[in-house]
Amino acid sequence: MNYTITEKILMSHTPEKKEIHPGEFIWAKIDLALANDITAPLAIEEFKKAGAKKVFDKNKIALVADHFTPAKDSRSANQAKMLFDFAKEHSIKNCFDVGRMGVEHALLPELGLVAPGDLVVGADSHTCTYGALGVFSTGMGSTDIAASWITGRVWLRAPQTIKFVYKGKLTKWASGKDLILHTIGDIGVDGALYKAMEFTGPVIDKLDMDSRLAMCNMAIEAGGKSGIIAPDGISKLKSDKNAEYSEIKEYDISKMEPQVACPHLPSNVKPVSQLKNIKVDQVIIGSCTNGRISDLRVAAKVLKGKKVTSSARTVIIPATQNIMKQAIKEGLVDIFVKSGCAVSTPSCGPCLGGHCGILADGETAIATTNRNFLGRMGSPKSFVYLSNPAVAAASAIKGRIAHPEEI
Amino acid sequence: MILKGRAHKFGNDINTDDIIAAKYLVTTDPAELGAKCMETIAPDFAAKVKKGDIIVAGNNFGCGSSREHAPVSIKGAGISCVIAKSFARIFYRNSINIGLPIFETNQADDIKTGDELEVDLVQGEIKNITQNKIYKSEAFAGFMQEIVNAGGLMKWIRRKRV
Repeated sequence: MNYTITEKILMSHTPEKKEIHPGEFIWAKIDLALANDITAPLAIEEFKKAGAKKVFDKNKIALVADHFTPAKDSRSANQAKMLFDFAKEHSIKNCFDVGRMGVEHALLPELGLVAPGDLVVGADSHTCTYGALGVFSTGMGSTDIAASWITGRVWLRAPQTIKFVYKGKLTKWASGKDLILHTIGDIGVDGALYKAMEFTGPVIDKLDMDSRLAMCNMAIEAGGKSGIIAPDGISKLKSDKNAEYSEIKEYDISKMEPQVACPHLPSNVKPVSQLKNIKVDQVIIGSCTNGRISDLRVAAKVLKGKKVTSSARTVIIPATQNIMKQAIKEGLVDIFVKSGCAVSTPSCGPCLGGHCGILADGETAIATTNRNFLGRMGSPKSFVYLSNPAVAAASAIKGRIAHPEEI
Repeated sequence: MILKGRAHKFGNDINTDDIIAAKYLVTTDPAELGAKCMETIAPDFAAKVKKGDIIVAGNNFGCGSSREHAPVSIKGAGISCVIAKSFARIFYRNSINIGLPIFETNQADDIKTGDELEVDLVQGEIKNITQNKIYKSEAFAGFMQEIVNAGGLMKWIRRKRV
């Protein structure tokens, strides 16, 4: 048999099976199950309701209070406290509060808690991010996660895989974010429904890790179960030459401009040059998609020595405490503050309309986040455009959607 | 078991932010979440729903965030089941796991808001009383049917562990 990398990882976690075929149900062992301050409270309640006394493995659970933290109100504070109490009760050391915390999908790879070949599940849809490291990882609900904390297993239907092949050479200001927006624009928000998205080709081979993380992060935005990139180097974990794919899509991206997803779907994608008359009231650079150090570096490159417009607010949110430290060390925070940006402590914050930058009626934002659904960042009468950090930074200077070349 | 109710019709790609906005995710209480169900796209929805009513939608219902609060709020609003042309995967498994009945049929477009529906939970048959039509829904795959029969994932796990 020839297998895809996804099938190989699923098989290695299902000792009862000698082979696995797409569509088949499996009861797979997990290496890590995570939840956050929104999803963990429901999971903890289900765990307790089931009468469970012990978690299956205290080292294979991660709890990250990142969505509404630093707590935006007393109810959010109570939810976050549930995580800390549960962690204490079950001696779970991978529980993170403000100061050590980061946006979960930036934090866990940074801490080395996910590794190539692992099977990771999380009560957060962007759990698919870790595919960049050759992990099979997928988002689920709180009850699934509660069940996995008890049994160490999850039920999965082995997915078919769509193979994406990227050829050519990325243009100067384009990145992994643009590749994935381009792809979602092509296949639509349910174009990969229930399927694994395998990203391959010469462009991926040369792509840096932060860009790979941004790509796999948004697999869910095409309805995908997971996104995956075969690990580089000496690891032999990769798809067999004759593995079966449900579809193979090829893109030549040599002429691709930075991409922008327009309201109110991530698939509503246009090249940035077609959107230069869109005025913005707010710019957000951060999130589990684009809050990593290389994202901040590219934003700083655009903003250095410049002032952001006074007609918009610009908030920059390093995704983890370590990224914040690194950004201070490299002088990036200095560049941001001098250019008139606000720099926030790590949080998911505005991405989901939590806090730290909520939009008013009629306002428009450009953000490096992952979703632009109606009302996602605040008012149901607001508008969100999604881009890479260079485009967001250029837009912050111009007060309208701008190509970094204009700066 | 037969579910009876009036249809409330929605379009394609209804996401979990539409179903329950993130600002309300500071509780796990079904009634409180139910009162805010669909607020962003249909502000009067929760007030209009009568117990047992049915949501009918197009493709990719429940896309976006993994928040289980979405199916919980639908149940909390008094909705008895959801019928759609297709479901996003996390919403699909969340619904099965928490015991919210869901039915996939490519004839969902045929149903209009206000239509009286009767859904046979076991046979997966949907009767449109208003239009005098019958639709067949996709059967659950064997493994999922086990979870549905058990009454949700936690009950299934308990059985499996015994």
